[in-house]
Formats: sequence, C-alpha cells, structure tokens
Amino acid sequence: MRQSLKRSQLLLPVAALILMLVINVIITPSFFNISIKNGVLYGYTIDILNRSCELIILAVGMTLVVASSRGTDISVGAVEAVAAAVCVRLLGSSYDAYAVPVVFAVFMCLFAGAACGAFNGLLVSKFNIQPMIATLILFTAGRGIAQLTSARAINGVMVPGQILYVRMESFKYIGGFIPGCVMPTPVFIAAAFVLITMILLRKTALGMYIETVGINPKAGRLVGINSTLIIFFTYVFCGFASGLAGLISSSRIYSSDANNIGLNMELDAILAVALGGNSLGGGKFNIAGSVIGAITIQALTTGLYAMGVSADQLPVYKAVVVVLIVTLQSDEFKRVWGVYKLRRAAARGAA
Amino acid sequence: MNSDVVLSMKNITITFPGVKALQNVDFTLRKGEIHALMGENGAGKSTLIKVLTGVYTRDSGDILLDGKSINNRSPEEAQQNCISTVFQEVNLCPNLSVAENIFVGHQPKKGIAIDWKKMNDRSAEILSGVGLTHIDVTRALGEYSVAIQQMVAIARAVNFNCKVLILDEPTSSLDDHEVANLFAVMNKLKSQGTGIIFVTHFLEQVYEVCDRITVLRNGELQGEFPIADLPRVKLVSTMLGHEFNELASIRSNRQDDSAESGKETIIRAVGLSHTGTIKPFDINIKKGEVVGLTGLLGSGRSELVRTLYCADKPDSGSLFFKSKKVKASEPIDSMRSGMAYLPEDRKEESIIADLSVRENMIIALQAKTGVFKLLPIAKQNELAEKYIKILNIKTPSPETLIKQLSGGNQQKVIIGRWLITHPDFLILDEPTRGIDVGTKTEIQKLVVQLASEGMTIVFISSEIDEMLRTVNRLCVLRDGKKVGELSNDNLTQQDVMAAIAGGDTNGN
Repeated sequence: MRQSLKRSQLLLPVAALILMLVINVIITPSFFNISIKNGVLYGYTIDILNRSCELIILAVGMTLVVASSRGTDISVGAVEAVAAAVCVRLLGSSYDAYAVPVVFAVFMCLFAGAACGAFNGLLVSKFNIQPMIATLILFTAGRGIAQLTSARAINGVMVPGQILYVRMESFKYIGGFIPGCVMPTPVFIAAAFVLITMILLRKTALGMYIETVGINPKAGRLVGINSTLIIFFTYVFCGFASGLAGLISSSRIYSSDANNIGLNMELDAILAVALGGNSLGGGKFNIAGSVIGAITIQALTTGLYAMGVSADQLPVYKAVVVVLIVTLQSDEFKRVWGVYKLRRAAARGAA
Repeated sequence: MNSDVVLSMKNITITFPGVKALQNVDFTLRKGEIHALMGENGAGKSTLIKVLTGVYTRDSGDILLDGKSINNRSPEEAQQNCISTVFQEVNLCPNLSVAENIFVGHQPKKGIAIDWKKMNDRSAEILSGVGLTHIDVTRALGEYSVAIQQMVAIARAVNFNCKVLILDEPTSSLDDHEVANLFAVMNKLKSQGTGIIFVTHFLEQVYEVCDRITVLRNGELQGEFPIADLPRVKLVSTMLGHEFNELASIRSNRQDDSAESGKETIIRAVGLSHTGTIKPFDINIKKGEVVGLTGLLGSGRSELVRTLYCADKPDSGSLFFKSKKVKASEPIDSMRSGMAYLPEDRKEESIIADLSVRENMIIALQAKTGVFKLLPIAKQNELAEKYIKILNIKTPSPETLIKQLSGGNQQKVIIGRWLITHPDFLILDEPTRGIDVGTKTEIQKLVVQLASEGMTIVFISSEIDEMLRTVNRLCVLRDGKKVGELSNDNLTQQDVMAAIAGGDTNGN
C-alpha cells in the first residue's frame, strides 16, 4: 500500500493537504471540532468542504481540458457567471413578474455552461487556436454577457449588471441545506459529480482516449481516434462543470452577481489541477489528485482567514505556499534532490 | 594537386551514447568543385556536416582549411572561418527585409547608424551575383518563395567570402525550374573557386552537377569517387552495402506464386495520388501476398502506403478493397474495412509513451470497437498477455509504460496492437529500423508466417536483403513515382539496385 501510494502521483498532493491541515490545527486548535448548530453540521472542516465544492467541480473539468488539449480553459470563472445569470433570469427575480420551474432553470443553466464550453471547444479543436487565446474570448466577454443577462429596468431604462435577487425558497436548497439534512447540499453535488465523472472515464474508453490525444495526437489519429471530437468533448464537459459551479454559487447568495461570481476561479482551478500532481503539458491525468488539490487550496484560504489575513492580502500568502508546493513537485527539484541524495550517499560511503 | 585542396577532414570519429556515429572518416574538398555527400538514413552525412560546422564536437580527427588546422566550436565560428551552410529549411528571419537578412550581424555603418542605402545597394549587387535581379531588397524575406529565400541564404553565405559552401538538401522543396536556377548559381560559384558540398538524395541531380562523390554508410567511409568512375548502379550498391546472404530459410514460398495467380485481389489502387508526396500510381495486391516497396530515401515509399491507409487523404484516384470501393476520409475508416498500418516513425507516430504496454496494445481494437464499449479489463489483460507471449515481448509486466521498453520491444508491442485487430491487410513501414538483429529476424519470420495464414502484407525496408527474404514481389519507387515491379526471377540484389538507380540500367 505504502509502495503503491509512493509510486502513484498522489503522494505529494496528499502530503500537501495533510501539511495544510496540520498548520491549520496549530493556528486554530479547534480546527477539527464538529458540532451541530441549528440542526446542521458546523465546524472548520465542514466549512472547507462546503466552500471547496465549486472549485472541485471546476478542477475536474479543467483536468480533462488540460489532459486532452495541453492547454487551460481560462474562461471557467466567467462562464460560471453567465450560467448563474441565465439561471436567475429564468427563475425570475424579485423585480420580475414571472417564474419558471426550478428544474427548467437548472437545466438551462447547465446548458448555458455547456454551450460556452462548446464555443471554446470549437475554437480549440476545429480551428486549432491556442487554448488560452481561444478561452480568453469568453474570459473577457463572458462577464459582459452575464451583465447584459442580468439587466433590469431602472426608471424605464434597462441597466445591465444589476444584482437580481431570487425569491424562491426551493432554489436555496442547492447552495444551502435540504431540510432535515445536516450536510450542506453542495458537498453532495460535488461528490456526485466527481463520482459520475470517474465512472464515465472508467467504464468507457474515454479516459484512455483523452490521455492518448494528450500524449501523442498523431499516433492517436493513426489508431483511429478522432482527436478533434475528444478535445471538443472535454471543453463542453468543462463548460458544463462551470455551469454547475455557477448554479451552486448563485444559489448560495440567492442571486446572480455578474461581477463577482466565479471571480479568479480559473486560476484556482488551474492551480488545483497542478497541485493534484497533473502535468499541465497534457496526457496522463488523475481526477482524485485535482480534487485533493482543490480541497488543499480551500484549506489554505480558510486557514489564512482564520489567521486574520484580509481578503486583499490573501493572494500574497497563497502565492508563497503555492510556489513552495509547486517547486516540491517539479521534475527539476526531484532531479536536484536525487543528485543531492546520491552525493550524500557517496560521501557516507567514502567515509 | 595538393594546393587545390581547400578543406580536408582526416580520421574524424564521433561517438554518441552507444553508437559510433562516424568512424575514421576522411573527406577532401577541392577548390572549384561540387562534391556530393551521399548515404542513406543514418549513414552519417549530417553528422559529418555538423562536425564540420561545429554543432558537434568530434572525439578525434583533424580538420584542415587551406592547410591550417581549425577547430570550430559553433556555426558562427565556422562562418568566420569561411564555412557557410544553407539548410533545406531556410533559417533566416522571414519578417526582416531581404537586405537585413543578408547583412544581419555586420551591417554597414555610418557613424553609429546603419547605412541603409549602402546596405540596400550592396544587397542588390550581391543578389544579382547569384542571378536574382528583380528582387526588392527592402521587402520582407517571407514574401518571397522558398527558392528565392534559399538563394538569399546562399547570397548571404557568398557575402561572407565563403570558401566552403555546404548545401544540405537544398532542392527538396524546389520545382524543376528553381532547381535549374540553383544549379546555375552553383556552377557560377564553382567557377569562382568556391568548394561546394552538396547533400542530396536525388541521384539525377548528383549526376547533373557534381564532380566527385563521397559515400558514407553506417558511419564509415565507403570511398571517394570521381563522378565518371561511379555509375548509378554502383553508387546505389555502395550506399546500400554489398553484404547479401541468401537466407533461403526465411524466404517465402515464391515458387507457388504462379499457382496463386487465381487468388482474390485484396487491394487495387487506380491512379491514387497525394499532391506533393506521391504521383498517381496503380497497384494490385492479392490475398496472402507480401509486397515490398523499395526506393531510396524520399522516393515515396512511405508516402504511397500513407495514401493507401488514408493517413494522407488521396487527392485523386480510387482504391478498391476486396473489390469494394473504399470511401475513407480518416484512418479509422481504413481500419474498419480491415487495414492496419505500422508507421515509419515509431516515436512520433506509433507509441503512446506514457501509456502502459497493455493500453498501447488494445488501443486500436478499442478505437475500432467504439468509445462506449470498453473492452473488459479481463479481456484486455488476456489479449495483452497473449500477444506478449506470441511476439516474445520482453516487458516486466503488461502495466509497464511502453517508453520504458527497448526500441525492438516497443515495435513488437505496436505489431501486437495491429495483430489484435485481425486485419486482412497489414502495412509495415520500416518495422525493423533501429532494432537489434535478433528481433529483426523474428519480425521477418512473423511476416512470412502471417502471409501463409492468409494475411496480405506490404513491407517496406531500407535493407534490400531483408526485403528479398520476405517478399513475393517488389514495387520500385523513384522521386515520388512508382516506376516498376520486380518478381520471381528478377528478385536479385543486382536487379533491385538497377531498378532503384534508374537511368542506365546496364550497369556500366
């Protein structure tokens, strides 16, 4: 078991997560305490799990994009905002006189995410545009679309970028709690999403195809794999994941906030993939690693808040930790470390 | 005589990990001569050039330029020593102007500013020296054709007062007219006393412009010949090597061919072509036949099979597979109709390095089965283990990453990948390149065995004796064209080389 964990790429991500938890315990002794307040679970760990759900979902989508196209989708945060705006617009805010069933709004929200993904996928797979450039379009335009979607009339003029509040009790369950359940709903959604994705990749040849396309697309083509279609699929999937994350985010705040939903999430998602031990150069991937990476990032964020670091300064501290973790995982570091160990062994042998 | 020698390289030896790339190679270049450097892939032509220009450092040997010992440590230093190289892919800056490209690094100055007028005038003058008179030297180089870019590169080299000009496959991307222009310039430089080293694989061109030929094979010097003393056939046999052991034990049952003439035709191509790589060709292949494709590097052997498999989609002509017209647009279509293709470049086009041996083996069958019908793991393991055994693949386990295996074992995994799909028609492009002798023999035996079981095979190899041992029939290609077929009595080393060389087939 120890051997297999050591050989698998999960060793470092797990170690990073444990390190983060240990630091948290030192700062906040009550870190692992869990109690029940108002009929729901309450505690730092629950909070971390709950808050990391969107990131986990995004990281899973991002993992597949990175694996197949050797590039990143930087539009996920903006797509989240688009999906959230679509959802809230359909549900009808307190200013609207209509409302569609929640199921339909949820469906359209996910569809909007997938459609954005399809747009990205088309540019990358069919037109061979570099992933970062292709997704830069929605990265910038996405928030604009979200703002236009959440326009409302003020004094007879439609003003975009308004915060629309949903007033529908059942919509709150998605980002909050289902009555009678002690665990936050997003945890279930994220768990189900990760599980379904893993089953999809394990029970079909999709995982193998994605890796093949990422490792050697030429060889893939000659053995009959349509790399265009595979890459397109991963972007649609990533868009769908962004839609799902947007749904949770909007439900958490009962509203659509075009400016803030999913803000900077693309960076955290890419980071989670890297922290999970996945190469950003594509090819082999590990969904579990990305999930652990996402939780690690959230644990770090929560830990820093607990230390009283303000939201503005958060990125600085985050950056320091990230540099450390990424360096530890780099091949160059492993090489240098290997040389160092050899030298030490040689010196001991000589003595 | 000795005073004519501008460059002499003596006893050049260079070793790469595990390989002697060059062994005691001598090379002499005289003033005002065009000297062809010939050899097949891996013969050591480019290595020799790179030693001369300082890209590689030699292990031993001397290089004398005008009788003085030189030791180039970089291409820049070589250029300062009046040795210039023009590569097949022009390595100038397409976004700079023609004049800037010629003078970059040593622009004429007026005070501290560049003297643009002088630079442009001089450029036009230099270009007219190589026969380019209507070029606007202030326009970006990238706006001109590859042929002109190449001329500019030559002009730049000439401007350095070069004594030795190396042209590495300069004609590969040029049309006939452009080649003629290039040759005119080469002859002009020659008359001015420049020594030119001409690396090419087009035999016609060697006999058109060169004075002397040096042939390398497997890193060893095969000899230096005045052009008149080395007719084509002899050149080809020198390049490919003489050793020829008639290993009759592996040779397929060629005697039975006449009896098999009634067998079903598996592949029939009519006028199939792919622009730029292979001219229209016809080919008929019968069930259970092993057909070899032969020709020198760049003759279109690989391109022909790529077109059959639809790795390069044919531009014209039609292909019939088991007398049904094939409408393929992607390799998967060819696979579905029962073809399999082992590409020439194992690293770039065959292996999926970070996947396991098992995954590499079953991936083609999986693609044929469809993405949503995953082969059960038990079945995958069974197939992988079966073919590891059949093909005698040396791997610690089916889960070992393919990149950790040796070249020969990687190749066997890829062969296994295709055998698992049970193809009717198997294309093997250089399946034995770069692998050890034992494995080579195993693969040859396998080919013969598969054919006897009814599989139809196209077999490509640079080694003629290997082909003679395994095939029933040989198609000969030259310069992107299928120029003939040899079978039965004509299948001898002599005939094959004559056919490859073309031209005066009488030998002398």
